[in-house]
Amino acid sequence: MATRLQFENNCEVGVFSKLTNAYCLVAIGGSENFYSAFEAELADVIPVVKTSIGGTRIIGRLCVGNKNGLLLPHTTTDQELQHLRNSLPDQVVVQRVDERLSALGNCIACNDHVALAHTDLDKETEELIADVLGVEVFRQTIAGNILVGSYCALSNRGGLVHPHTSIEDLDELSTLLQVPLVAGTVNRGSEVIAAGMTVNDWTAFCGSDTTATELSVIESVFKLREAQPNAIANEMRKSLIDSYV
Amino acid sequence: MENGMFTVHHTIGSVLCCKCGIQMQPNAANMCVKCLSSENNITEGLLKRLELKHCPECDSYLQPPRNWIKLQLESKELLTFCLKKLQKNLNSNKARMVHAEFIWTEPHSKRIKVKVKVQKEILNGVILEQSYPVEYIQRDQMCEPCSRIQANPDQWVAAVQLRQHVSHRRTFFYLEQLILKHDAAASAIRIKETDQGIDFFFSNRSHGVKFVEFLGKVAPVKGRHDKQLVSHDPKSNNYNYKYTFSVEIPPICREDLICLPPKVAVSLGNLGPLVICTKVSSSIALLDPFTLRHCFLDADQYWRASFKSLLTSRELVEYIVLDVEVIRSAEVYIAGTKYVLAEAQVARVSDFGKNDTIFSIKTHLGHILSPGDYALGYDLYGANTNDIELDKYRGLVLPEAVLVKKSYEEKRQKKRSKPRSWKLKSLSMEVDDKGRIEQDKKTSDYEQFLKDIEENPELRFNLSLYRNKEYQQSEMASVTDGEEVPSVPLDELLADLDLSEDEDGDEDMEE
Repeated sequence: MATRLQFENNCEVGVFSKLTNAYCLVAIGGSENFYSAFEAELADVIPVVKTSIGGTRIIGRLCVGNKNGLLLPHTTTDQELQHLRNSLPDQVVVQRVDERLSALGNCIACNDHVALAHTDLDKETEELIADVLGVEVFRQTIAGNILVGSYCALSNRGGLVHPHTSIEDLDELSTLLQVPLVAGTVNRGSEVIAAGMTVNDWTAFCGSDTTATELSVIESVFKLREAQPNAIANEMRKSLIDSYV
Repeated sequence: MENGMFTVHHTIGSVLCCKCGIQMQPNAANMCVKCLSSENNITEGLLKRLELKHCPECDSYLQPPRNWIKLQLESKELLTFCLKKLQKNLNSNKARMVHAEFIWTEPHSKRIKVKVKVQKEILNGVILEQSYPVEYIQRDQMCEPCSRIQANPDQWVAAVQLRQHVSHRRTFFYLEQLILKHDAAASAIRIKETDQGIDFFFSNRSHGVKFVEFLGKVAPVKGRHDKQLVSHDPKSNNYNYKYTFSVEIPPICREDLICLPPKVAVSLGNLGPLVICTKVSSSIALLDPFTLRHCFLDADQYWRASFKSLLTSRELVEYIVLDVEVIRSAEVYIAGTKYVLAEAQVARVSDFGKNDTIFSIKTHLGHILSPGDYALGYDLYGANTNDIELDKYRGLVLPEAVLVKKSYEEKRQKKRSKPRSWKLKSLSMEVDDKGRIEQDKKTSDYEQFLKDIEENPELRFNLSLYRNKEYQQSEMASVTDGEEVPSVPLDELLADLDLSEDEDGDEDMEE
């Protein structure tokens, strides 16, 4: 299910949080409301970690990660890096990247299998993404925007992209990602998708301005209605058994 | 496939409107037009009711602070005027007007409605367009000139009092025609006929001055002007005056017999002293009928030593010419008119057949008179003059008669009752009710004036004569014997421009 919430009267919740299938990062706010909303939804499944990156709260835009790993920009302090390594599960590789484009969240969009990257990223960074996150990396643009991380939100089950994305681009992207994509908006017509929402395979958090129409689009494209944390495991098991047989 | 590059074709996808969820093309707000306009009212804060100050008298509108401009309903100018009032409000709301048109309203509803279409930018670069009606209410407020007229329609600032102290009005009939021809009194708000003159009233001093200047060009006038203080505002140093121009025309008319005062006669080279006035325009033309010497007196010269006429055209007596002997050597042209000196034997018509009184006189009409003709002249033989100027000349031998013009009275009597083929226009003058005698006198003066015009082509040169539509050409015209009565040739007449509905508008056929 998708949840609507605010971070200190700001609807851009994707900026202040990072949600993956294995962990959730939340910015340190003045009040506990934002954190407790995540905690209420995710506490018994994955760790919800309060952190800052480079002393800022805009953690969602600065880091990128999936269930395999977490990439942090070079502005991250040693203390923050240590804190994250301590808080995240052991199988999650936490790695600092020496990349000139430090807002990794804006430059990279990924699910657990594929990543879309900014066209100007270093070769080394691209390799690091592939190694740490365990994904295939494609340099792409979305509706002419090179900040692919800002204008799309991806999970393993679907993706929401910039509303101006043409049908041809949608086809190409969904072929690359192997998930269904739809063009849409969050926060009452905002086209900065990743800033307005954060999503994993079974839940999504949207800004409180998001309308019912937008919410229903999000729920249907990310298949959140039937989704449960253990439903995935069951499904995976089925497919695994299938492949064994 | 431009410059060899492969370009991917882009099909614009569709997204759901974030509010109502209908399929639509993505736009900057990602909201369908209906939702956008329901959410944003761009006409909010724009004025929908304005007032126009309208003068009901002259149909003009107030352009603040104090200009009044005449505008027609539904005209482009009125629309511009209306929108100008709205523009400031639109600018302050950052709205842009793209279209405007009138919505028809009853002319007497005192409402002007304009449909205005505006564009305004709303959230993140979306420009919304919306049209809304603006109602202008006409508030009646009289403009300054109208309210002044309304307060007192006869309010005049300048009055021109034109006077000539003679017993007839023929000069004024002639002046009236001149004024009409030159449209000199167009700005007069009132014209009043008075005893021995006409009063012209103007709403503006400069109009009065202009009229006085016009009079100075057509008659040897003498004028003075006075002003009377009406009101005075010492704070703003405003003075409000009424101006009166007194204009006097000399009491000398055409065909008058004048005995020049000795001083004037000497200054004119011993002219006269008995002279006939042959013409009055801006100067007075005098002719000595016995020597054919002539001179012109301008206004200055006349008023320096003014004189009166000895006998006027009222006292003309009809003579019958018995014999004419032209003195060949004496022939003169004065202002295009030929005069020939002749010796004539004449008898008064009143004496004719009663006694044998015959006068042998000299006359300047030798070129038109022939034995048997009738002529008009002054009977000095029988006249009882008491002129001071005449008494100053001792030993002056007066001629028994001075012929002035040929008479067509006999011929005219045949044509009596026949209307003229032409007519004159007249100024609309206020006339005080007078007795019948005065009225008759005026009518006969007018008739005399009309005859003068007929007989004297020089006189009608300056006038506009109009064709008389009621006049029917008679077949009798060809039967007239010998010399014909002078009349106005048809080609000198103007067709009156008549814009009445039942007739085709005649063209102005000035030749």
